[in-house]
Amino acid sequence: MFFWVFGFLRMGAPDVLWRPGMRGPMQAVATELKGRRGDNVLFADISFSLGHGEALVITGPNGSGKSTLLRILAGLLSPDSGAFALIGEGGEPVPVSDHCHYLGHRNAMKRELKVSENLAFWQSFQRSDSGEGLPVEEAIDRVGLTGVGHLPFGYLSAGQQRRIALARLLVSHRPLWLLDEPTAALDARSDRLFAELVRTHLASGGLAIAATHQPLGLDGVRTLELPGIHATVAGGAWA
Amino acid sequence: MMALLVRDLAIATRSGGAAMLGVLFFLAVVAVIPFGIGPDLNLLGRIGPAILWIGALLASLLGLDRLFQADREDGSLDMLVMQDWFSLIFTVFVKSLAHWLATGLPLVLAAPLLGLLMNMGAAATGAVMLTLLVGTPAISFIGAVGAAVAVVLPRGGLLVSILILPLAIPILIFGVSAAYAAVTDPDPFWPPFMILSAIALFFAALGPVAAAAALKGASD
Amino acid sequence: MSDTTISQGWFTSLANPTRFLALSGRLLPYLATAAVLSLLIGLFMSFAAPEDYQQGITVRIMFIHVPAAWLAMMCYSVMAIASIGTLVWRHPLADVAAKTALPIGAAFTFLSLLTGSLWGRPMWGTWWVWDARLTSVFVLFLMYLGLMALHKAMDDPARAARPAAVLTLVGFINIPIIKFSVDWWNTLHQPASVIRLDGPTIHPSMLYPLLVMALAYTLIFFTLHLMAMRNEILRRRVQTMRRQAAQAIGGGA
Repeated sequence: MFFWVFGFLRMGAPDVLWRPGMRGPMQAVATELKGRRGDNVLFADISFSLGHGEALVITGPNGSGKSTLLRILAGLLSPDSGAFALIGEGGEPVPVSDHCHYLGHRNAMKRELKVSENLAFWQSFQRSDSGEGLPVEEAIDRVGLTGVGHLPFGYLSAGQQRRIALARLLVSHRPLWLLDEPTAALDARSDRLFAELVRTHLASGGLAIAATHQPLGLDGVRTLELPGIHATVAGGAWA
Repeated sequence: MMALLVRDLAIATRSGGAAMLGVLFFLAVVAVIPFGIGPDLNLLGRIGPAILWIGALLASLLGLDRLFQADREDGSLDMLVMQDWFSLIFTVFVKSLAHWLATGLPLVLAAPLLGLLMNMGAAATGAVMLTLLVGTPAISFIGAVGAAVAVVLPRGGLLVSILILPLAIPILIFGVSAAYAAVTDPDPFWPPFMILSAIALFFAALGPVAAAAALKGASD
Repeated sequence: MSDTTISQGWFTSLANPTRFLALSGRLLPYLATAAVLSLLIGLFMSFAAPEDYQQGITVRIMFIHVPAAWLAMMCYSVMAIASIGTLVWRHPLADVAAKTALPIGAAFTFLSLLTGSLWGRPMWGTWWVWDARLTSVFVLFLMYLGLMALHKAMDDPARAARPAAVLTLVGFINIPIIKFSVDWWNTLHQPASVIRLDGPTIHPSMLYPLLVMALAYTLIFFTLHLMAMRNEILRRRVQTMRRQAAQAIGGGA
């Protein structure tokens, strides 16, 4: 996060889409993001602005950098250039790390611990000041797995595990959801359940950015297609 | 952060946990020494403190590679690294502390039993316990750096030991010399023990910061 | 041919966990009563036995120490037989027997090491020596702990069964080494004085309390082992039921 904040200050980038003193609900602003893996530029010039209750679906072929983009947004990777900022209700930037949920390919749950222990841990670990999350039992109900709380996470099937991973987003409230292949291992019915969860989140003023191959069944979402340029940096380190 | 401590301790003690393995390894390593050098009780009593310290050092290094790797495998590490700097450093500190409670503290508690087997006197055993109580946390804290550096490697276990052993040598030197000073008469116990304590405090401060930096760099 | 089928049928019916639970449930009260009674009689006889003219009152440690050492070895033998059952018949009950005997065996081994150490202090002037008998029993203790760690390391008991069985059988080499260590090597520990080809060399006034204590220990072992096996069977049933419950919730997926 540290590196990123410094990069952000140096760039002074948000001025493009955000003027100091502007008031309003939370906004997510990406400015000319450029990401690469090794010497391959995966994407460049990615700019978007998401407001209150809006969602962005990132599509593109394999290897086009969807996961890389999401990890950059989450602050896990630093962009080659460009910046991403969350602008709070007061109009000033807020740290992304404290205001977003990142759901990666893996579920971030311990097989040895009970489902409820796992969720309770993330609830207290990812405490947020932007509002209260659901109680653990209620979050489990919301993903349609009422009664699994007392079972070790390892006992669940792959689809059930993914749904519990989604329940993590509910136990502590954070406005921005960053979802990397959220519906992997989910069947059609759970797909709809997931779409419902995202709709509820958006309706309450949240933001969501999801990378996925599958249609999420959400209407009124914007789409960002990564073309998957495989340009090599001219004069790159080993060119 | 209390939740993290409780979670890590719960994982270590549940089925599949590594809490007992370190002590067993300690027991086994120290038990093979008499096979190697013969059952001369006087000799064993003389080298006992050093053997116990080396055994404890190796046993502490044993489970270190899993410190962050387990969290990386299930994706939890992303959530830990996503925090701001201060929280991440504190997170590493708490995880190292949990690791020490699960693997280091049992070594300290097992030391008297092994002291008996090595024919060590009460004073020597007490001194070894006291120095281990101060020294093993230092190994866990500095070991966190190696664990963080090796987190992306699939077979990081050996590498962690290779990376950390040189850094742990000062701990070993002052731990063993304090333990010997307690039993050999003219040598004072407190100076080496104070230096050992200073090293432990220094590593407790340095280790989490360095490990946090390594984890930030390793998240790709 | 018909003989083997009958014996197999009888064996499987006994090895059926439900049948085992019912049978062991009926047997346990008698076994436990016999164990307590024989222990009381054995303790009484141990304290009534004359003091040794050389060792004085410390000789009474023997009545605790020697049967514990015997049981440490017997328990491992039971595990080895159960391990053969696991490998040959692949019956889960054999694995249950081997697994649940572990902590009991470790406890008896620890008891024999502890009492031996307490006995050695006044007799040999040291808590511990690295002679063949003590060392081989210590190795047995480490093997018990290692096997326990192996079982603990796997969250699915069925997967731990066969590796643990193989390791148990390999470790059985240690049992004859313990038994004959006092004959093969020149050690501080006294040689066998009860189980010998030419009959016991120990005086009857000490032999009888020792034998009663050995009987009591054996009964205690079987009582605890049956109880532990019942618990393990129930524990595995709970685990299976929880897995099934997990499948049933929310349409599985």
